[in-house]
Formats: sequence, structure tokens, C-alpha cells
Amino acid sequence: MDIHEYQAKQLLSKFGVVVPPGEVVYQTHEAENIVSWLNEEKIIVKAQVHAGGRGKAGGVKLCKNNEEVVETVDKMIGMKIVTPQTSEEGKTVRRVYLEKGYEIEKELYFCITVDRETGGNTIITSKKGGVNIEEVAEKNPEEIHKLKISPGGDLLTHHARTIAYNLGLTGVAAKKAQKNILGIYKAFTSLDAALIEVNPFAVVKGGDVIVLDCKASFDDNALYRQRQVAEMKDENEYDPLELEAARHDLNYVKLDGNIGLMVNGAGLSMSTMDIIKYYGGEAANFMDVAGAATPTRVAAAFKLIYKDPDVKGILINIFGGMMRCNDIAQGLVDASKEVGLDKPLVVRLEGTNVEMGMDILKNSGFPIKPVETMEQAAQDIVNLVKEKK
Amino acid sequence: MAVLLTKESKIICQGFTGAQGTFHSERAIEYNTNIVGGVTPEKGGTKHLDVPVFNTVAEAKKKTGCNASGVFVPPPFAADAILEAVEAELDLVVCITDGIPTSDMQRVRREMKGSKTRLVGPNCPGVLTPGIGKIGIIPGHICKPGRIGVVSRSGTLSYESAVQTALLGQSTIIGIGGDPVNGTNFVDALELFLNDSETDGIVLIGEIGGTAEIEGAEFIRTWSGKFKKPVAAFVAGAAAPKGRKLGHAGAIVNSGAETADAKKEALKSAGVEVAETITKIGEAMKISMGVS
Repeated sequence: MDIHEYQAKQLLSKFGVVVPPGEVVYQTHEAENIVSWLNEEKIIVKAQVHAGGRGKAGGVKLCKNNEEVVETVDKMIGMKIVTPQTSEEGKTVRRVYLEKGYEIEKELYFCITVDRETGGNTIITSKKGGVNIEEVAEKNPEEIHKLKISPGGDLLTHHARTIAYNLGLTGVAAKKAQKNILGIYKAFTSLDAALIEVNPFAVVKGGDVIVLDCKASFDDNALYRQRQVAEMKDENEYDPLELEAARHDLNYVKLDGNIGLMVNGAGLSMSTMDIIKYYGGEAANFMDVAGAATPTRVAAAFKLIYKDPDVKGILINIFGGMMRCNDIAQGLVDASKEVGLDKPLVVRLEGTNVEMGMDILKNSGFPIKPVETMEQAAQDIVNLVKEKK
Repeated sequence: MAVLLTKESKIICQGFTGAQGTFHSERAIEYNTNIVGGVTPEKGGTKHLDVPVFNTVAEAKKKTGCNASGVFVPPPFAADAILEAVEAELDLVVCITDGIPTSDMQRVRREMKGSKTRLVGPNCPGVLTPGIGKIGIIPGHICKPGRIGVVSRSGTLSYESAVQTALLGQSTIIGIGGDPVNGTNFVDALELFLNDSETDGIVLIGEIGGTAEIEGAEFIRTWSGKFKKPVAAFVAGAAAPKGRKLGHAGAIVNSGAETADAKKEALKSAGVEVAETITKIGEAMKISMGVS
């Protein structure tokens, strides 16, 4: 689960990490009070959306007086931010963060992430902060430092010292950076984070070391014991169909294509997306009917996909060890009646009572095409959707 | 002999009396698996599915001599259940549970350092050796005795692989699971199959996220002469967008090396026959083995 920049800073400050003073606003009139309360010479106004590359898309603006701040907030709220990380329509700005602006002396990069190879964590740092780190990694790989912390281990003072030196810091700045680094790591492990990326991690005029921008992502599996993080979920950041799917305990991700998918198993669902692409189509979603593919769950999942206006045809690919295909087929026919199915539907079922299931689908009176193999299913749905155009 | 499970294996189930533990233990018993008991705290001394229930793994080991366990314990308690089995020094622990916090698995990784126990999973379908038995949820009827070793991050794709290699049959199917921090990885499974006299060819099923497939490819590259077996592979997620988690906690592309294409390339360059779609994995195995 991702959270907003301002929320990440709130969490970090609880661990003694230095962040700029700031406040979030939802409406323009709130900005009028806050800006005088903050009483800073320079204020940065930042759109709060879950997408990188905000700055280039007009989502970050430095303001020199109170009027400018209020004016900027007014423009930003409701505007659409389009970045390489968003869809073409972009993301609507609903929250804006006002924080103190600094004169920056050094922009550094600091990131903690789970190391899947060792099972520990990796800390990635670079003197070249404030820019896209992937570009740095590509052009100047020698500018990237990695420090591995063993599984379940703590970040120790000597680790923090090494990181500060790798960042080119000495003296007081190194000391201040170390304190921040230890705090960020503590936050990472205490809050079950999956990623905390600080870019830039900055040395500002006067010598302070500060988290200027921050992205944080958390382990979904641990949210049950991280209530303060879980409560930071901003539902506006999610596709409405994804939220509905989550309520039904379905693994669903909206994609850009027009073929709706319903599959059991994450691997099979990905492979179904792949085979559709292989035959020249594109999936409208990833959908893993996780857990038991019961008729009720299958029907709920089917109705959800059907609702998506981008879906021009549906492919169902269920490989059930234990479940009975006739039950699944009946669930699908009932759901088709309910929605008044008028989009092509190709179904591949494998499991017990396959023939019974196929017969139910064939005789349903709806445009349902049962097929025997995944290969055939993918080719058929790609062709049917093309014909429809 | 096949890998991980043998005729001598004595297996228990942790979370035995729960719905999942009960259902899948019943299926395992139907498949003639040697289930010698189970563990559910507070239910020790009773019987379930005609075998004894114990309060702790240590007690189960003392009374039954068990050496392997299948863990069907809910996510908040699963890491602890794994470590209980590790401390009882079982040879094999297979954790089926999906949804364990990553930091719990990091702790497991630390505690298991230097341990003699092998962990398979979590978030996996388990291990099955046709004709011997199974731990986990792989449907027995789709697997046939034979000489292909299957190792897969995905459950359903291991089933597809079993169906497509039905004529050759399988020595053992190992589901290593879809979590970012797990026990047995591709390199471990490849090593087991390479050293197994009953395995002639290997099917490897990977997916986006992490670099375990690339490490597997590097290992395969070192094989030569007598220590070499044909490998066929598929990597799911070629159509996956960057930065979105697809079902499995570990199935997410954060960098270039984690894409399906990068992994396929690494496997191809190590001499592996890579199937372009999952429907061609059986064919790829045959090509790799030189049989038609």
C-alpha cells in the first residue's frame, strides 16, 4: 500500500527524522490560515498524488508570498496530474501540501528496500540525488552505493556512519545524516514498510540534513498490525473497480486493454495476459479469483469485469483441481442472465465434470463459447473482439 | 529416489484441525501419503482423521518420529509455526500459507541460518512426488509418475506443467511460492533435481519480480558433462505493467532485471529451452530432451 508524501513525513517525524514543517490542505480557504501560521519566507506547494514525476507535471511550485501560495493552492486542487507513472487521463489532485522552502546545498539519494536475494534489506544511496535514480544507475553506476543488512538485523551506528561517508558528508552534517538514517531505518522495520525512498535527502543552508521528498510503500500482508498506516489509505488513489474487487477478496488490477479476464491463480492469470498479447490482443485487467473458485465467487468476479466499460469481450480460464465445472458453469450462466450478457464470452474450464459444464454453457442461449484449451481460448477471444470492432 | 519426499517420510500437518488443514490432509491421505499425525494447540490427545493430534511439534516428533510437516496455519501465526518445526529439527517444512508479513519471513530467514531443516514456501502449493505422497494442495490426479522435475513459483502453472508433461511423467513437483522472501529457491531446487538419479529433465516456471530466475540461469550455466540436465522454462508476466503487484506478493516489476523478458533472455543464454506461452511448456521440455 502506498501513502502520500505528507503522510510519510508525519510517520518519519515520529522516529526523530527531520522533515520540513508543513500542513496539508483540502480546500483553498484552509491555505489562508495555514500559510500565516507557518510564517515562512518561502513556501513550497506540492500536489499529493501517488505518482512520481509530479514536479515536471506542474505539481510542485515554490511561492514567495502568501497570496501566491493561496493562488497556487486554488489552481492545484482539482487539477489533473499526468506523469509517465499515471494513466493518460492523469490523477486528480485532492490534497495539497504546504511546507517550508529551503536553500539547498546538496541533493542526495537514500532508499531502503527489501532484498529478496538475501532476505534482508538493502540501503541504496547516491551523492547524485534530486534526479531520476534509474538514470544515475544506468549512466553512472559507480555513483550508486548499496549496503546490505542481514535478514532481521538492525542498522547499526557504523552502518549509518558508512552511509553518511558514502554520501560525501563529514563533520556535523555526517552526524545529522546518521541520526536521520537510523530513524528512517527504525521506521522501516517498525512499520512493516516495503520501500522508503528519500529523494532528495538534502543538506540545506545552515547545515541541517532534511528529508525533502519521500515515497513510502508498505507490506499489505502486515497492515492488520499497522493500524496507523492502514488508516492512511486514500481510496481516491485507486480505481473504483479495484476497490470493489478488494472488498470481494479478489486480486484485480485494471490494465489498458479491452479483453476482460477471469482466471484462478496469479501465475495462470499472468500467463493468460501473456498469451492474449502473444495472439495480438490486450488484457483489460489482471484477475486472480484467489482461493476457492466457488460458483458464488466466480459470479461476483464475472459481474465486476462485465461492469468495466473498456471490456469488449471476456475470457474465463479456470483450472480447478477440486472444483466441479458444472457448478462453475451454472454460476456463470446465472450471472449472464443477471447482466444480460451481450459481449462475447470464451470459457475454458478444466477440472471434474468438464463435459457437464461445457453442455450447460453451450445450451445457455447466451453468446458463450466453451473451448477445451487455453491456446484456443486466447485465439478465439482475440478474434471475436476484433470482429466486433 | 525422487527429491524431498521418500517412502520413509513421516509427515505431520500444523494447523491440522482447521478447515484447510483438514481438507488437504484428507486429500493427502487419499493419495496414500504417510500422514502420521498433526498439531493443533489445545487439541493434543485427541484424534483427527484417524491419527493423533499433538499440542506441539516437539511432542509430535517424540511420539511419531515425524520428519516433515505441512503448515496450514493462518498468516499472523505461520512464521512462528515454521520456526517451531525448525526448532524440532524436522528435515522438511512446507508452508502453504499465503499472506505472511515479509518481516516475519525475514525473521524466519535469520533463525534458520545454519539449520538443517529445508523450508519450501510460503505461499506455495507444496511438494508432490507421484506414487509416494504429497504435502500441500497440488491435485494428485493430474500428476503421473515419471522423470521430469518441476519447480514453479506459481501453483496453477505447476499444474499446467504437470498436465503437459503427463506422457513423460514427473519425479517431483516443487512449488517454491510467490512471496518475496521464501525458503527454497530455484537454485536449491535445480541442485536437488540435478543430483537426483530419477530426474532426467527439469521444468522451471518463473514469473516477474525479484531475480531468482536469473540466479537459476547463472547456476545452469555452470553445468557441464555428466552434471548437466535439459531444462525447459516459462516466465509469466511478459504483458505485466511496471510497478503493479499481480496477485503474488512478490510478482512486481521494480527494475529492468525483474521483467519476464530479462529473465527469459538470461535462461535462453544459459541454454534453457524457453516456451513463449505457458501452453508450450510440455513441447519445450520435449525439444530440450530431444524426444518427439
